[in-house]
Amino acid sequence: MSRTEPLPLALEAIPEERRGIYDADPVLSARDLVITFGRVVGLDGVSVDLYKGEVLAVIGDNGAGKSTLIKCLTGAYLPDSGRIELEGRRVAFRRPQDARDAGIETVYQQLAVIPALDIASNLYLGREDRRKGLLGSVFRMLDKKGMEQRASRSVQDLGIQTIQNMGQAVETLSGGQRQAVAVARAAAFGSKVVVLDEPTAALGVKESGMVLDMVEQLRDNGLAVILISHNMPHVWEVADRIHIQRLGGCAGVVTPRSHEMGDGVAIMTGATTLESA
Amino acid sequence: MTTTSGSAAAEFSRRQHSPLQRLQHVLHARPWLSPLFLLFVAFVSFFIATPTFLTPGSMGILLQQTAVVAALAVGQTLIVLTAGIDLSVGAVMVLSMMVMASLAEDGGMPGILALLIGVGLATLAGFVNALLVTRINLPPFIVTLGSLSIFTAIALLYSGGASIQASHLPRLLNVLGEGFGIGAFRLTWGIVVVVLIYAVMAFVLSQTAWGRYVYAVGDDAESARLSGVPSRRILLGVYTVAGLIYGLAAWILIGRAGAATPNAIPDANLASITAVVIGGTSLFGGRGRLIGTLIGALIVQTFAFGLSQLGVDQQWRVLATGVLVIVAVAIDQWIRKVKA
Repeated sequence: MSRTEPLPLALEAIPEERRGIYDADPVLSARDLVITFGRVVGLDGVSVDLYKGEVLAVIGDNGAGKSTLIKCLTGAYLPDSGRIELEGRRVAFRRPQDARDAGIETVYQQLAVIPALDIASNLYLGREDRRKGLLGSVFRMLDKKGMEQRASRSVQDLGIQTIQNMGQAVETLSGGQRQAVAVARAAAFGSKVVVLDEPTAALGVKESGMVLDMVEQLRDNGLAVILISHNMPHVWEVADRIHIQRLGGCAGVVTPRSHEMGDGVAIMTGATTLESA
Repeated sequence: MTTTSGSAAAEFSRRQHSPLQRLQHVLHARPWLSPLFLLFVAFVSFFIATPTFLTPGSMGILLQQTAVVAALAVGQTLIVLTAGIDLSVGAVMVLSMMVMASLAEDGGMPGILALLIGVGLATLAGFVNALLVTRINLPPFIVTLGSLSIFTAIALLYSGGASIQASHLPRLLNVLGEGFGIGAFRLTWGIVVVVLIYAVMAFVLSQTAWGRYVYAVGDDAESARLSGVPSRRILLGVYTVAGLIYGLAAWILIGRAGAATPNAIPDANLASITAVVIGGTSLFGGRGRLIGTLIGALIVQTFAFGLSQLGVDQQWRVLATGVLVIVAVAIDQWIRKVKA
């Protein structure tokens, strides 16, 4: 169980009241991840640290390795080399289910909700609770009422007010509300890390605001959040730190205080480097 | 912020819907309501048109006539819920029926053993369909179109196309045709078996995780997979359970027909699909209830029975069934566009 050395942090660029987050060891840390697809290099030795109670944004151009990095962290890909540690223990996720079992939840861009099923059913899909006693063990009966109550609590914990009836079919919800259901599911089961892939991409201004509020709520509830986004204003609004991917490698980690949005984009596109920005 | 979204939610729930939108919402939650209404209308119409329709005797016969197709339609519903379709329904049933009857013919094998082998064979046939659908990823339509021919050919080759009369069969294979009842109202044990199949499968679909996964896989297979639903295993189970039910239907059919006959129900495939569709289950998967299928099967049989009592040409039933199928799918398409 060798401890991975934490990556250098520019603490002066982090607001004083939030610096405490970085006293602890990282929840999730990856070192020198390499993955190739045939002759294409997906990741060329990328390292990341993620701390409890922070929002780490991952930005980068198309093909920079954002999604590849996230897929390595959430079990969709197994890196060719490098190490991933979760709470100091080395892990090797072979399937998304492995990462999920370890407490890492992913909200996919396509949301992975079932339109015809109601909200509570969607929240518990794949992890249903059964009734106590013979009804559950022999007859495999679901604890519908219990799941509905807990679903309602999970949704309220995120401060979502527009969803009231857990028995409502997801297909009757707006895009933002569907996103809220997917985030609530991740929050209910992701005990350590929640990964959000482009959560505001398909939403209007008002609904994007609601989702960003949820992201902050997740962070304040003590989870570590990874936010992948193309929307720079959203990233600069909620992120504590910003990991910039470029050409399969990490071009640097900045904070909304240390760098302007324009600098971030410049590093991302290669117009400038972290040192000169 | 909290107050604005709170009042937005309140406004949201108070929003006025037009009567048509309200109907759409009601049908969205309960797609079996429109077939139930139709069944009611059919009953009232036939009651007015012919005094012999709504009598205990007639009702008993109607249920006996519905039993086999209603049983087959349970298996068909499971498969349609996963966005598939089964064209081999009738073929699997006939194969199972001919095998269990010839094994037990004239005391060749104990009835119970022949029954178990026959039902087991139907289950195996379902499993073969399942393997082709899940392992080779062929569309269910193609798989079952092929297995329809294969199973039919095997059944005819095996039986030589000949029927086996009830008198040559052990009592166990005929028992589902035997009945009980009060006065003229006669039910058969076959009807009891059908009711049990519906009760068990309705429970499984609505109360267990497996049932929920059937809907999830049918509605959005990729999202289900990402949510941790074992999609392949669910499909494997669905086709296999459907096969088992077709085997039970074979047993019911021997009792109903008083013989094991390869041509007992030539239109079993289409009749089962018709019952499912008229019953409000979506051919696109993920939506529908078993109770709707039962109502759908009853509607088709009510038309057939009522028209024959009136002495009207059965082609009018065929015509009406065709219209109903198209209307049912159109309603389904409309319901799916529901908005909050």
